[in-house]
Amino acid sequence: MIEERKPYEQAFFASKPTAFTKFLRTCVIWQLVKFGIINLKMTLMLLKSHK
Amino acid sequence: MSRIVVLGAGISGHTAASYLRKLLPKEHEVVVISPNSKWNWIPSNIWVGVGEMEPEDVTFELGPIYKKAGIVFKQAKAIAIYPEGSSTISKPFVQIEHTSKESFGNQENIEYDYLINTTGPKLNFEATQGLGPEKNSLSVCSAQHAKETAKELKKTIETMKKGKNAVFLVGTGHGQSTCQGAAFEYAFNLDFILKKEKVKDKAKIVYITNEYELGDFGMGGVHIKNGGYLTHTKTFTESLFTERNVSWIKRAHVYKVEPNKAYYETLSGNHNEIEFDFAMLIPPFAGVGLKAYNKLNEDITQTLFVPNGFMKVDADYTQKPYEEWKASDWPKTYQNPTYKNIFAAGIAFAPPHSISKPMKSSNGTPIFPTPPRTGMPSAIIGRNCALNIIDMIKYGNQTPKHTASMAEIGAACVASTGAGFFSGTAASITVYPIVPDFEKYPEYGRDLLYTFGEIGLAGHWIKLLLHYGFIYKAKLKPFWFILPE
Repeated sequence: MIEERKPYEQAFFASKPTAFTKFLRTCVIWQLVKFGIINLKMTLMLLKSHK
Repeated sequence: MSRIVVLGAGISGHTAASYLRKLLPKEHEVVVISPNSKWNWIPSNIWVGVGEMEPEDVTFELGPIYKKAGIVFKQAKAIAIYPEGSSTISKPFVQIEHTSKESFGNQENIEYDYLINTTGPKLNFEATQGLGPEKNSLSVCSAQHAKETAKELKKTIETMKKGKNAVFLVGTGHGQSTCQGAAFEYAFNLDFILKKEKVKDKAKIVYITNEYELGDFGMGGVHIKNGGYLTHTKTFTESLFTERNVSWIKRAHVYKVEPNKAYYETLSGNHNEIEFDFAMLIPPFAGVGLKAYNKLNEDITQTLFVPNGFMKVDADYTQKPYEEWKASDWPKTYQNPTYKNIFAAGIAFAPPHSISKPMKSSNGTPIFPTPPRTGMPSAIIGRNCALNIIDMIKYGNQTPKHTASMAEIGAACVASTGAGFFSGTAASITVYPIVPDFEKYPEYGRDLLYTFGEIGLAGHWIKLLLHYGFIYKAKLKPFWFILPE
C-alpha cells in the first residue's frame, strides 16, 4: 500500500540492489561459496577474540 | 574446597558455570542461582516473535542439565550480596529468595568463596510511560514476551486479511535503549512474514530508533567493504529497509506510549506522535537492583554498583568527553576492584561509557544507544571470568591473567528471516573489535579484515547453524566445549 520511493522522500536517497545482486543473494551455488567465505572469516575473527 | 556461586543462568552465567564445572575438580562446588527454570537462546526469540518458532524451540529446563553435570541449581533471585559476611555469618554470602512453585518466597543465605554476577538486565519498561507487554507495546526480550507478540501479530494479520490496513512500529522504546540489532532483525522478519501471509500491500512498517544514523547498533556504526567502497552500516541498513519499503524515524526518544499511539522527542527537540496498530519496542536496560551490605550491615551498594545498578569492574569510570575515550577504558578481567573474589559478566557489568557518541536534544534529553553486551561477547566474558577463578583456586593467582576486553573481541550479528533451509535470507555483520580502538586502527577504529557485512542465503544458514549449535552446546551434550562461544 505504501511506496516510499518518491523524489526527495527518505527512500529516494538510499541505495537499492539491482536485479543481479538480488539473484546472487538467493543463488544456491554462489551462496555456498559465500557460506564458506563467511564461515572462514568468522572463524578467524573468533580465534582472534579467543586469544 | 571452594564454592563458586553464579548469579544468573543466561548466556554468560551458563557459560561460566559450564566451564567451572568442567575444569574444576569435583571437590569444588558450583552453584547457579537463577529466577528462571529455563535457559533461553535469546537471539532466536525474534523467530518466536513472528510465529516461526515456539518458545520450546528456544528454551530448555536447566534442572536436569545441571543435575547431570554436577552443578547445584537453585531457582531463586538474588536480593543482596554480603561480600564481608555479616555479624552472624563469617563468610561472604548472597541472600536469595526462591521463585519455584514449591518454595516460592522462601529466603536463604548462600555462602561463597567466589561470585560471578551475570544477572542480566532488568527490562526497564517503567522508564517510558505506557511501554511494555503489560501496557501498550510488545517485546521480544523473553521467550514469553515473544510468544505474546506472535499472538498479537497473528491477530493483526487476520484483520489485514479482512481488508484493514495496518501500521507496524518497530524499534527502541526509549532514548537510551540498546539492542537495536534485535529491533532491526524483528523489522526484517516482520516484512518476511507479511509477505508470506500476502498482506504486505496493506502494511506500513516504521522503524523508530535512538540511533544518530541507522546502522549505529550502539557501536557507533561499522565500516565495511562494499562494491569497491568502504561504506558505513548506515548505507547497508538504509538499503535493506528501502528494499523492503520500511520507513524510519531516527534520533528519537519515545517518552510515552498510549494504546495505538507513541509520542517521541527527536534530537532537534521536536515533539511528535505516530499512530500504530502494532508496536514492538525494545525497553532500556537497568541493573536488577541487587543491594550490598558490609559486615556491620551498612549499605555499600554504591561500592559495588554504579547508580543504574550495573556492577563495577576493572574499567576506567572517570567521566570524560567522547573525544578522550579510549579502548583501554574498557574492562579486561571483569574483577570487582574492591572485592577481588567477585566478577561480573554479560549485561551485569557496568560499561565505562557508551560506544556511540552521547547526544542530547535541545531540551537536554539524552538520545543515544547504550552499549550492547549480549550474545557472543557475553559468552566469551563469562568463560573468561570462569578461567580466572579457576586460576585463583588452582594456583592462588590473585591477579587474573585471562582478559576479554570488548576492545579486543569481536561479535557477529546475523539478522535472518524464515526458519526453513531455502526460505530465508540474512544480513550478517561481523565486527572486530566491538569497541573501536582508534589508537590501533586510526581511520575507522576497527580491523577491516574481520569487519564485514553480507546479505544472502548463506547468512541465513549460518544463523540456523548458530541456533542449533549453541543450543547443543548449552545442553552440555558430548564435546560441547569444542564449539566456540
